Amino acid sequence: MVPTHYYVILSAILFGLGVIAFIFKRNIITIFMSIELMLNAVNLAFVAFSQVWHRLDGQVFVLFVIVVAAAEAAVGLGIIIMITRNRKTLNVEDVNLLKL
Amino acid sequence: MNAPVIIFFVLAAMCVIGAISLILQRHPIHSALSLIVVMVALAGLYLLMGAEFVAAVQIIVYGGAIMVLFVFVIMLLNAGAEERTNVSKLAGFAGIPLAVALTGLLAAAVARSEDAVQAATQTGLPAPTKALANLLFQDFVYPFELTSFLILVAILGAIVLAAPRSES
Repeated sequence: MVPTHYYVILSAILFGLGVIAFIFKRNIITIFMSIELMLNAVNLAFVAFSQVWHRLDGQVFVLFVIVVAAAEAAVGLGIIIMITRNRKTLNVEDVNLLKL
Repeated sequence: MNAPVIIFFVLAAMCVIGAISLILQRHPIHSALSLIVVMVALAGLYLLMGAEFVAAVQIIVYGGAIMVLFVFVIMLLNAGAEERTNVSKLAGFAGIPLAVALTGLLAAAVARSEDAVQAATQTGLPAPTKALANLLFQDFVYPFELTSFLILVAILGAIVLAAPRSES
């Protein structure tokens, strides 16, 4: 069967790619998607450890993470819509003032 | 090299290629579609581990609801391809080495922890959904109820933020 550390290393790689996307992308929606990618990477490690030790707490945690991610997506996309409505841009480098 | 390991590597390659594609695509809608590939491949990995319920929730909530929200907002805002700026080069010099170092550190820490992680292989036995439900609705019932409040507040916040301003 598949060794557990394969899953954990894949989780680390996906998290690192999420960090790179977070640093590199200039579009505010894509930056938000890279946060979702990092959350997914953490979920993978949670499920892998939960299945190794036959304890389901990790999977319950994954369900909570998914719920929080859904709430975060709803509020975050609302904020993005408002920013875009006020500034007429999606580039984060043009959003450098607290007040217009 | 038995069948589950081969399936693991196929799905892991799908995950990594999808994540790299998310970084390289210039248009946000292409990035969103790459992220859907990552999420579906991760659901396949959950199935391979035997976490069936989590795999179903991953497909329905992440691949379905959340990504539809993203695609909807991208289309609503009529987002175009992102443009390069000078500050991005600084991120290239400092960001890539730091992110690679972070990934390497995490992977090295996992590779060194012999007894706890490496000794245990995935059996692939299905996790009983009934036991998951018992745990969720007995031991974790207060956090579960709190998440319903969280969702309620998030819905209200999204409506307040995204609703058009009344002229008053």
